Amino acid sequence: MKKCILTSIIFIGATSFVQAAEQHAGSGSSALHIISLVFVFMLATFIGLDVIKGVSRLLHTPLMSLTNAISAISVVGAIIVAGHHWTDKPNIFNILGLIAVVCSVTNIVSGFLITNRMLKMFKSRDKEKK
Amino acid sequence: MKEYFPIFTQVSYLIATALFIFSLKWMSDPKSARRGVGAGVIAMVLAVVGTIIDSEGALKSLPWIAFAVIIGTLIGIPLSRVALTAVPQRTALSHAFGGLAAGLVGTAKYYFLAASPEGVSRFLMIAICAEVLLGYLTFTGSLMAAGKLQEILPTRPITYPYQNLINGLLFLVAIGCIVALIYSPNAEVNKYLFPSVMILSLMFGILLIIPIGGADMPTVIALLNAYAGLSAVAMGFVLDNKLLITAGALDGSSGLILSIIMCKAMNRSFTNVLFGAFGQVQAKQEGGEQKEYKSATAKDAAQIMEQANLVVIVPGFGMAVAQAQHRVRELYDQLIKRGITVKFAIHPVAGRMPGHMNVLLAEADIPYDDLVEMEAINSEMSQVDVVLIVGANDVVNPAAKNAKGSPIYGMPIIEADKAKAVFAIKRSKAPGFAGIENELYFLDKTLMVFGDAKAVIGDMAKELSGDSGMH
Repeated sequence: MKKCILTSIIFIGATSFVQAAEQHAGSGSSALHIISLVFVFMLATFIGLDVIKGVSRLLHTPLMSLTNAISAISVVGAIIVAGHHWTDKPNIFNILGLIAVVCSVTNIVSGFLITNRMLKMFKSRDKEKK
Repeated sequence: MKEYFPIFTQVSYLIATALFIFSLKWMSDPKSARRGVGAGVIAMVLAVVGTIIDSEGALKSLPWIAFAVIIGTLIGIPLSRVALTAVPQRTALSHAFGGLAAGLVGTAKYYFLAASPEGVSRFLMIAICAEVLLGYLTFTGSLMAAGKLQEILPTRPITYPYQNLINGLLFLVAIGCIVALIYSPNAEVNKYLFPSVMILSLMFGILLIIPIGGADMPTVIALLNAYAGLSAVAMGFVLDNKLLITAGALDGSSGLILSIIMCKAMNRSFTNVLFGAFGQVQAKQEGGEQKEYKSATAKDAAQIMEQANLVVIVPGFGMAVAQAQHRVRELYDQLIKRGITVKFAIHPVAGRMPGHMNVLLAEADIPYDDLVEMEAINSEMSQVDVVLIVGANDVVNPAAKNAKGSPIYGMPIIEADKAKAVFAIKRSKAPGFAGIENELYFLDKTLMVFGDAKAVIGDMAKELSGDSGMH
């Protein structure tokens, strides 16, 4: 029953997605392009799952702070929006973008620094003896 | 020259993606892990430079962006210097920042598109809705989680009647708004619908997290990590940016895997963690017959440990609360000096986030070779002479194996009850965090040492250091 509902939701989702993609095709980028983005997403997720499975359990806390920093890649989007239709002064939406830049940079800086700080603490016994 | 900028941007994105993957790959071993941070930093710099070069607006607004970067750095540096016991709060807080960034970018992009002559396409509307929903939900949800971890908010689950019903209705309303937005992306009514989706997402984040208790925080933090990643993916679809999609997917899958590990370690499902309101059931379990503890002093415990060959220390959240990790290190040194083997048994959900205990013990300079996972230690538990429990409770409770009615039944535990002797350090005689009585404490081989973990372990180490009786 559950599976049935799930499959139908996925099916409806997929069809409306394709429809939306076709409609989108009229306004600049093509449906094919969107599907290529989905491709990228799918492959990146598979790689992600595989790589993360290999991460040592010892390092799960530093892993979280590292992925914090990596997900602050939203700084890219923030910069694009902050400079969108730029006139001499930022409009209200540019300011939202600038706030997003602040948030992302905070995560980048603190994420990388604290990961490095934590990883420095992990020492093996051989190193200890030296 | 200028026509090469887009190519430069894409190439820099490509290299950045590869570096991010390597950065995570190198986390598989503590020896290579620090290289991973370096790779991540280079990737991030490439991404930012590549973005600015290809965006005319970004070049024009460069002073403003630089200003924002400086502010972000100024906030970020102190956030990276928090005490390691506060790392779960910091992590939750940074998920909040990540969620907010995604939400704000989605909002701004929507209004830019809505004002443009061609309007919003249906596909972009789907992506924007996903981004805004996940972003704002992660923002408030993570703030709630951080508040609970910092104990600004009560750590116990906050519940009220018809909670799941109310949450469900709100969620349906939000979904309804989103469906309407997607159905007609440029309708007049959207100027009310879009803000409603924003507000509902913000509310939903709060409502989702407040009924979750402190002990479930490892799962919640991991789940919010996944949401933060997925909101970055949605942003990538909105802005047609492959780097955002790949980096977000890496983050999302990390959060997903960590939350699966946490759920398995508690033998609970996602739905149960999110909607189960854990703390409610057990309150009644107290009472019944009052059983007797056998208690001992730190000195007694130290004398028995002196005779042991193999000592296993089981740390828990209590060790973090008491900041006892450095005293644990002193005790470890004393025992090692006497030729006693000491190992640390780490339960996946010990503490308030995945891997919390490992970091605290690493901070105290304990070599990571001696940190052993639950499965590995259980197989040799019958040879262990002394198990010393420092601020852990549920993760060693045999009720998880024997008591069918217990709320923790089925959860994998560190089988301390199989060791020859057990010492448990406890602040008071009250039951543990989840309010469940622990059978282990009433066994014949168990001795309770009451007191602050830091002081008790300090006493043990002092006792072992030789000049006993001198203090």
